[in-house]
Amino acid sequence: MNWNSAAEFFAMGGYGFYVWGSYLVALVCIVGEIALVKNRQRTSFKQLGLTRHPDGDV
Amino acid sequence: MNWFKYAAPSSFYFLAGKMIPIFAVLAAVSFAVGLYVGFFVAPTDHQQGEAYRIIFIHVPAAWLSMFLYLIMAFWAGIGWAFNTRLSSMMATAIAPTGAMFTFLALWSGALWGKPMWGAWWVWDARLTSELILLFLYIGFMSLQAAIDDPRRADKAGALLALVGAINVPIIYFSVKWWNTLHQGASVSLTKAPAMAATMLNGMLIMSLACWMYAIAVILMRVRAIILERERHTAWVGEIKK
Repeated sequence: MNWNSAAEFFAMGGYGFYVWGSYLVALVCIVGEIALVKNRQRTSFKQLGLTRHPDGDV
Repeated sequence: MNWFKYAAPSSFYFLAGKMIPIFAVLAAVSFAVGLYVGFFVAPTDHQQGEAYRIIFIHVPAAWLSMFLYLIMAFWAGIGWAFNTRLSSMMATAIAPTGAMFTFLALWSGALWGKPMWGAWWVWDARLTSELILLFLYIGFMSLQAAIDDPRRADKAGALLALVGAINVPIIYFSVKWWNTLHQGASVSLTKAPAMAATMLNGMLIMSLACWMYAIAVILMRVRAIILERERHTAWVGEIKK
């Protein structure tokens, strides 16, 4: 185990800003991309006059 | 099994729909395992302290940015050469995800460079060629968006993607060919990896996770593109019923 406390974990040995800055932005990018793709899918359903796809909303 | 069956957008559409949940689950599980190994199992680096943990997102993102570009160029080329609609749609679907991983590689690299090199950015060969990769992805997407006729957009995009593919080996070998601040490859096929086994495992599992994620999201996007482009065809008409 590398960490003795949660505070130590978040501090990342003083590099917290850099480490969490990388992972947080990665998370935002991934969540954002999924939202954009879902939105694109919904738009294409709407163009066809569908609210939901018969084989699942993905 | 006749694999060419799935070269038709109408069959691939439903196959992709079945595959997406599988890849999504694999991505979620491998991200969880990879992050656990990266943050709780892998030891502190004796030179870089905890800052090195950026590696678990930086290297997978950089690998994916290059691999996805090659796959995009491959499908764009196939679509151009054989006039297969689905291949070109695949290339179009890959570009935004490739651009996203390129951005992440640059971003995490900047956040790693600052504490280790004292600079967010330097104009060295590795960083500059990776930035050019981002511009190639953006160029590919803008070019395709600027052309109304999808088949012409496919061809123009394919030309750009194929010419730009020369940049990928330049990125990969840049650390060998030029003097650069960026460290050399930590993992190669010919040498033992220059890092602890748990660090390497964390990196490989995170790479697997990024792959699974990329496949899932690209399949989702290609399905949207198929519907957009094929909305006047008979099989899409069948879905509506």
